[in-house]
Amino acid sequence: MTAATATAQAELTYREAVREAIRDAMRRDERVFLMGEDVGPYGGAFGVSLGLLEEFGADRIRDTPLSESAFVGAGIGAAMGGMRPIVEIMTVNFSLLALDQILNNAATLLHMSGGQFGAPLVIRMTTGGGRQLAAQHSHSLEGWYAHIPGLRILAPATVADARGMLWPALRCPDPVLIFEHGSLYNATGSPAGHDSADITTAAIRRTGSDVTIVAYGGTLGTALNAADRLAEQSISADVIDLRVLRPLDDATIMESVRRTHRAVVVDEGWRSGSLSAEIAARITEQAFYDLDAPVGRVCSAEVPMPYAAHLEQAALPQPGAVVDAVRAVAA
Amino acid sequence: MKSEFRMPSLGADMDHGTLVEWLVHPGQQVRRGDVVAVVDTAKANVEVECFTSGVVDQLLVEPGVRVPVGAVLATITTGGPEPEPAPAAPRPAPATPATGAVPSPVTSPLVRRLADAAHVDLGTVHGTGPGGRVTHADVRAAASETAPTSAAVAAVRIRSSPHARKLAQELGVPLTGIAGSGPGGAVRAADVTAAAAAFAAAPARAGTADRTMAIRAQIATSMARAKREIPHYYLTETLDLEAALRRLREHNRTVPVAERILPAALLLKAAAMAVATVPDLNGFHTGTAFHRSAAVHLGVAISLREGGLVAPAIHDADKLTVPDLMAALKDLVARTRAGRLRAAELADPTITVSSLGEQGVDTIHGVIYPPQVALVGFGTIRDRPCAVAGLLGVHPTVTASLAADHRVTDGISGARYLLAVERLLSHPEKLL
Repeated sequence: MTAATATAQAELTYREAVREAIRDAMRRDERVFLMGEDVGPYGGAFGVSLGLLEEFGADRIRDTPLSESAFVGAGIGAAMGGMRPIVEIMTVNFSLLALDQILNNAATLLHMSGGQFGAPLVIRMTTGGGRQLAAQHSHSLEGWYAHIPGLRILAPATVADARGMLWPALRCPDPVLIFEHGSLYNATGSPAGHDSADITTAAIRRTGSDVTIVAYGGTLGTALNAADRLAEQSISADVIDLRVLRPLDDATIMESVRRTHRAVVVDEGWRSGSLSAEIAARITEQAFYDLDAPVGRVCSAEVPMPYAAHLEQAALPQPGAVVDAVRAVAA
Repeated sequence: MKSEFRMPSLGADMDHGTLVEWLVHPGQQVRRGDVVAVVDTAKANVEVECFTSGVVDQLLVEPGVRVPVGAVLATITTGGPEPEPAPAAPRPAPATPATGAVPSPVTSPLVRRLADAAHVDLGTVHGTGPGGRVTHADVRAAASETAPTSAAVAAVRIRSSPHARKLAQELGVPLTGIAGSGPGGAVRAADVTAAAAAFAAAPARAGTADRTMAIRAQIATSMARAKREIPHYYLTETLDLEAALRRLREHNRTVPVAERILPAALLLKAAAMAVATVPDLNGFHTGTAFHRSAAVHLGVAISLREGGLVAPAIHDADKLTVPDLMAALKDLVARTRAGRLRAAELADPTITVSSLGEQGVDTIHGVIYPPQVALVGFGTIRDRPCAVAGLLGVHPTVTASLAADHRVTDGISGARYLLAVERLLSHPEKLL
C-alpha cells in the first residue's frame, strides 16, 4: 500500500469523499469536467465542489444557468463529443425537467446508433428525505430511473462507495446516474483507500441466517439499525446493500434469500410500482420455492413528503417498522 | 348413482390412517351408520361408520395400506332402495296447522337432486318444512353435519409456504396434519422440521413401541399447537363432596356390585351439566372464530397401558343418567385400552375432562386439546380439614380446575362454570 492510499484511509465525510472522487478523476483524465447549478464559487448546493473552482479553474468547474434540460443536454453533447462530463443536478425532483434528455437521448443513443456512439457521462444528484426540505426536494425517484434500459444507476450508501464509484462510472460506456442520499453527506467513514469500487454487484453489509433485508442508499443505515435491534431478539439478519439499482444484482439477492428463506425490502420510494416491488417480484420469480413467508416491504408513506419534522419522520421508513416487518415474516 | 366412502378424519390431528380390515364385502347392503371398516390411526384402531346407504360396490384399498385422510376407500351404489318416489304433486298443505306426521318424507325433485349431490340419505333427514317435509335447507344442514368426507377433502388443501412444501418433500413428511404457526395457520419451515423430528422418532407403522412413539408425536404436535395458539387461563376451586359421596354410597348399597357407580362418573356428570351455565366453554375454535356446540360430547382423557393418552367422547354426556354415564365410561375405557374406538368418539369431543385422581395429585393445570376451548381437571378425592358451619370438620374434597381459552371466555365465565360444578355436586339429588 502506498503512502498516498495510507493518507486516504483517514476518516472522511461522505461529502468530502465525493469531492475527493471528483478531484481524483479530474487529475487522472483531462476530459473530465464538472457542470451544474452553483457548483463554482458557491461550492455546490451541498458543498460537494467547495474549493474545486480554485483548483481546476472555470473551464472545468462550470456554473450553469437554471435549466436542467439545457445543461444535462449540453453534458450529453459533450460526452458524445469525446468529453467525460460530471453533471450535478441539485435534487432528483429537478431532474424531471431533464428527463427527456436522460431518457430519450442519453439512454437511447448507443442503441439507436447501432453501437456507433454513446453518451458516456455521469449525472450526480441528491435524493431522499429526512432533512425538512418538503415535497419538492425530498422524494426518492431513483426507482423511476432504474426502470430505464440503457442507464446504469448507482446509489453509494457508504463513504467508501462515494469515494470509489465515480471513476469506474466515468469509464463506463453507458450514461451513469449516481444518487447521493441527502442525509448521508455528513456521515463519516473510511474511504478504505479505494479509488475504484465495484459498480456491478450488491454488497452484503452484515451476514445473518434468519432473514434478508434488502436496502440501498439512505435506507442502508435504517436496515443495519433494525438488524442490530433484531439481533437482540435473536433474529439474525443478512443486510444487502444493493449499490447498483440498475442492472440489479439478482445473484447476490437470491443467494441470500435461498439461505434465509425470508426477505424484507426497505425502500424510501413509494411502494406502488417501486424498486421494492421489482425486487419482491424477482424474488418470487427466482426463489419462490425457497420462501417461507411472503416478501415484506417497508416503504415511504404514499404522500408528498411533509415538511413538519414529525410528519416527515412518520412518512419515512424507520428502523422500528423494519423490525416489525421482519418479525412478521420471521418471528 | 355411486357414492364414495372416504378415509374420515378421526380428530384434528389425524392426517393418515391405515385400513386394518373390511367388515363388509362387495355386494353387501349397508345402511348409514353401519360399521364398515376398522382403521388404525396413530392412536387406536377405530371402527368407521358408513355415511351413506346402499350397496358396497368396490373396495379400493387393501387392508394394511396407509392412506391420507380423504382418500377414497370404497364406492357404494346408492341407487338401491330409493325412498318411495314422491307423488307428482304433493298434497297441498292442510288448511289447518299440520297435526300429525306425514308418513314418509315428501320431497321435491330439487331436494332429491340436492340430496343426491351431497350424498345425504333423505330417510335420515329431519324435515322442518310444512308437515315435516324435508326442505333444501334441511338437506344442506344434514350434508354439512355428516360430511367429514367433504370437510376432509377440503382439509387436504392446506396453507403452507413454498419453502415448507419443498422441505416437507425432501424430508418425506406429509404436510397434512402439521399444525402451522404462520399467519392463518400457514405451515412454515420450522413447523415442518419439528414435525420431521417427531416423525423420525415415530415411524408410522404398527407395533406397540411404534404406536407409543406415534402417539407421543401426535401429542407433541397437538399440545405444542395448544400452547402456541391458545392463550390459556387457569382457575381452581376446592369442592366439598360430602353430600355427593353420601348420596353415591346410598345408591351403591341398593344396586348389585357390577352396577355400582364410581365418584368419577358423578364428577363427569357435573362437568357436563355445568356447561349449560357457560355454553362458550363447549365447542371449537377454528383459529378465526369460535363455534359453540349445541351438544355436550364430553371428552374423557384415558391413559393407555403402553403410554400416551387419548380423549374420546361420551356423547351427550349432560343428558345421560349417572348410571348410564358410568356404563358408558366403563365401555369407553375398555374399548380405548383394547384399541377399538368409534370414529365419532375420537373426532368430536366438545370439552374434555382430565382426572388424575388415581395418581394422588391434588390439582391439574391442563392443556386444552385443540380445537376445543376448555379442559376440566379433577384431582384426588381426599379427606381434608374444612370449615363447616363455623366449625372445623373433615370432609372428602376434590380440587376442580379449569383451563380455558382466553380468546373465547374470560376468568369470570370460567369462575361461573366452576361454581356451577360445585352447586351440582352439593345438590347431588339433581344428578343422581
